[in-house]
Amino acid sequence: MALLEVKNLSISFGGLRAVNEFHIEIQKGELYGLIGPNGAGKTTAFNLLTGVYKPDEGIIKLDGVDITGKKTIDINKAGIARTFQNIRLFKELSVLDNVKAGLHNHYKYSTIEGILRLPKFRRVEREMDERAMEILQVFDLDKEAQTTAANLPYGKQRKLEIARAIATKPKLLLLDEPAAGMNPNETGELMETIRFVRDKFDMTILLIEHDMKLVSGICEELTVLNFGQVLAQGKTSDVLNNPEVISAYLGDE
Amino acid sequence: MIVMWKKMKKTTRSNIITFGMVILAYAVIQAMVMTGNISSLFKGLLVPVCTYVILAISLNLVVGILGELSLGHAGFMCVGAFASAFFSKTMQGVIAPDGLRFFLALLIGAAAAGIFGILIGIPVLRLKGDYLAIVTLAFGEIIKNVINVLFIGKDANGFHFSTKDVISLNMEPDGVVLVNGPQGITGTPKDATFTIGVILILITLIIVINLVNSRSGRAIMAIRDNRIAAESIGINITKYKLMAFAISAAMAGCAGVLYAHNLSSLTATPKNFGYNMSIMILVFVVLGGIGNIRGSIIAAVILTLLPELLRGLSDYRMLIYAIVLIVMMLFNWAPKAIEWREKYLGKLKHRKKAAKEA
Repeated sequence: MALLEVKNLSISFGGLRAVNEFHIEIQKGELYGLIGPNGAGKTTAFNLLTGVYKPDEGIIKLDGVDITGKKTIDINKAGIARTFQNIRLFKELSVLDNVKAGLHNHYKYSTIEGILRLPKFRRVEREMDERAMEILQVFDLDKEAQTTAANLPYGKQRKLEIARAIATKPKLLLLDEPAAGMNPNETGELMETIRFVRDKFDMTILLIEHDMKLVSGICEELTVLNFGQVLAQGKTSDVLNNPEVISAYLGDE
Repeated sequence: MIVMWKKMKKTTRSNIITFGMVILAYAVIQAMVMTGNISSLFKGLLVPVCTYVILAISLNLVVGILGELSLGHAGFMCVGAFASAFFSKTMQGVIAPDGLRFFLALLIGAAAAGIFGILIGIPVLRLKGDYLAIVTLAFGEIIKNVINVLFIGKDANGFHFSTKDVISLNMEPDGVVLVNGPQGITGTPKDATFTIGVILILITLIIVINLVNSRSGRAIMAIRDNRIAAESIGINITKYKLMAFAISAAMAGCAGVLYAHNLSSLTATPKNFGYNMSIMILVFVVLGGIGNIRGSIIAAVILTLLPELLRGLSDYRMLIYAIVLIVMMLFNWAPKAIEWREKYLGKLKHRKKAAKEA
């Protein structure tokens, strides 16, 4: 059974059919790419998967469980975490606290225990610190743990966002243009990190990307969206050689 | 000792300074009171100053930590003041030690304001920024006006309520009027003291600081910094917004209890519970630095004492007050001033280091 199974997913804004009969099937452990020209509905598809928008039609199943139309926080609890096209960090919080915020639903104590500084508070906070540092180490951010997130350089902010998403222990990780604004060196490094994350955390990853080097380099399967419709789907090399895809990207001659 | 100080986290150190500051100020003033080196005017200001400090801390939780603008804190203070004064007046002579009665009054005032915080918060926290400010402002005014038309009396048959006048309470001749509309509550026991005020300040400080440095506080600040991202990592927005709002309201209620038990007659006038007061509290917070607890304490103290200290200047009083406001604002927020401050403080630190090495 596929980890993510989406059928017939559609949403309209006014008269515009932003996503039309979107379907996708992602197997566990896969690195899956979602590509398409600007305005094709990629981010809208992400927003539908994470409950930011409620679909007009269609079914989303995660690990066999129907999560269609659920709220964002419940979808996160069910096992989908994401990053954003325009970075959304908790800017005023430290790098460590950003990741600890991601651990929110996995390490618990009550507010009263926190205010009174009871032993449970100390124990759980220590566990959180350890776990957060473990995650930060993977992204080579452990030395900046006490830095305010807003002061990190751009590339590291992107990494921190991924780290925070991973802290929520998702089954499926959605990355929205992780390489946007990165130079080729940083992109190369990011590709390594994404692969490493998949192996180390045993994660399934769906990513939106424009950088074809990254897409062809790490994605095993691809779906191409154009005008809200699925244009092509399948093995990366097949899809990228599909004449329809080439014409959608480069235009007809 | 110094080594331990250096080893501590920056936030822990800053918190210790805040607590130290409050305790030191208390010790100095208490010593002045003991030796009689204090004017009666200044003495009369001690409890109100505590009240304003608590209000400033409580509003900073909403404005600085939660990042929402509330202009209804005078309303929550009003709820706390009247609920507790009503309790104290009816229980006078019933609950034996005065200390216990005042403690219960505090709990009741805080709980009443906290419940109002939740009730108001559920619909209102869906709004943002300016809209939230306007609705909370209206709430404060409504509370004040409702209390002004409320008449409550008690006789052998129990409690009587009215929103018209004392006569329509229909009481037996032996009945006592407890809440008398615009005349409010008279004869509240004067239980509030400077020491109690300072203890309450310390308690609110502990609550706010410990909350900020805990799982719930992190969630609240995450919502402040980016609501959409907070939602995406599974943080319940409504729950934590409401929590911060209710805790803040309860603290404002506590300040109200302190206020009510420092006066022999408690009335709800535009001066003490109107929007002027709400804006005043906001001024403390903004001047002291949004999110900066210590700063708002200092601002509350200075701005409460200043008009009284300048009383001798009569006509120029409000002019100087306004100038002080502007200067404090510039010093706290202007980029040039911040730059200058950092440079100056940096030099000081440098000099200390050099002196040590020599």
